[in-house]
Amino acid sequence: MEYRFTLPIKSEDIKKLKVGDILYVNGKIFTARDEAHHFMLEKKSIPFDPSDMGLFHCGPLMKKVGDKWEVISAGPTTSSRMEIFEDKFIEKFKINLIIGKGGMGKNTQKALQKYICIYTSYTGGAGALAAEKAEEVENVFWLEKLGMPEAVWIMRVKEFGPLVVAMDSHGESIYNSN
Amino acid sequence: MDSKDLEKGIVQLIKKAETELPKDVIAALEKAFKVEIGVAKIQIGAILENIRLAKKTGHPMCQDTGIQTFFVEVGIDFPEINKLKIIITNGVKKATKDIPIRPNTVDPFTGENHKDNTGDNVPYITWDFTDGSDVAITALPKGGGSENMSKLGMLKPGVGIEGVKNFVVKEMIKAAGQPCPPTIVGIGIGGGADLSLKLGKKALLRPVGVRNKNKNIAKIEEELIKRINASGIGPMGLGGKTTVLDVHIEKAHRHPASLPVGLAVQCWADRRAKMIIHKNGSWEVK
Repeated sequence: MEYRFTLPIKSEDIKKLKVGDILYVNGKIFTARDEAHHFMLEKKSIPFDPSDMGLFHCGPLMKKVGDKWEVISAGPTTSSRMEIFEDKFIEKFKINLIIGKGGMGKNTQKALQKYICIYTSYTGGAGALAAEKAEEVENVFWLEKLGMPEAVWIMRVKEFGPLVVAMDSHGESIYNSN
Repeated sequence: MDSKDLEKGIVQLIKKAETELPKDVIAALEKAFKVEIGVAKIQIGAILENIRLAKKTGHPMCQDTGIQTFFVEVGIDFPEINKLKIIITNGVKKATKDIPIRPNTVDPFTGENHKDNTGDNVPYITWDFTDGSDVAITALPKGGGSENMSKLGMLKPGVGIEGVKNFVVKEMIKAAGQPCPPTIVGIGIGGGADLSLKLGKKALLRPVGVRNKNKNIAKIEEELIKRINASGIGPMGLGGKTTVLDVHIEKAHRHPASLPVGLAVQCWADRRAKMIIHKNGSWEVK
């Protein structure tokens, strides 16, 4: 099935989604790779609320034009690197949509079920396509400390996809069925 | 010779590699689009749309613009060989800002990022010498996700070529969706540990669809393509018929006690571009 959603996706909609479904989303997503996961988990408070956004495993290529950042290329990075953080991250930040590539492990799978969350696969390397769908960079956090790829970028996207539901909230994974 | 002009040439070379895939790779992806169905077809469709957009907008097709890697063939009669390294390095710095490409070079000890894609031993340049007075520079910007799937097997010679084939198939199945399949696999067999990996990477320079000149090796390449694709891993590991676009093998003679196998994995973004510099300083990017 193909779906179009505006973020955040309601919990009852997350429950309906099954492995193999295709999503296109509108709304806000934030990027976080290993270092941002680690950093955000250690901090007592963070300057934004991730709970209404999608989590995007991505180290984007950005360019500053005037005083605004522009997305040049922003495909997904390998999600398995975030496996050691992800269950705690889902619990702490109440996210319910993860966008990455390559799949994740058992701990994440359990957290997806427990907290009603899905892991979706975005086409690896499709950085120019993602940039085309990113309407605006709304903010960036910890750019100086973490550097461009590892910083947390918040962007507003339109028709962002195709996102393939690869691990759903019922314990199913597309990677096991191959 | 005008170094500044040649640095511009390096920027153009990198831009070409980062924004336009070689025709042979696009043809292989278009073929994959025809044979795939469902989720796999959607993936290849997104890749092809991405390639089209990258060329149209001049934006790098993938945000991981790689470690800047060059294979340089220097004609021994080229007059100013001593300038080439600095021209390439300065070109990389300029390209980082001008294209732009992602600042990707991190000090392994301090974590410091030079923010210009240079650093200790990078850009990574392999020098070869040849007859004539031209210099041919091939850019092969190499992404981290696929590079992380590289493997070195120091096999027991007793396992023979069957053992080599099994090693490659097993490792590619283990890599699954992580190196952004459909991939191109470069395999170096023989030499020592370092040479086998080097040959694996050099094998990636060969266009997709071109077989090894040695008929027996060509057959093994074809067998490996079939065996890896039979795994069903498919584009992005989401299932499908196309896990590899091609497998290229190169070999070196080995020590009697060693059977090194170097596995270099390249994502579908098999970015390659070539620049020729003539002895009068004129250049073109192909």
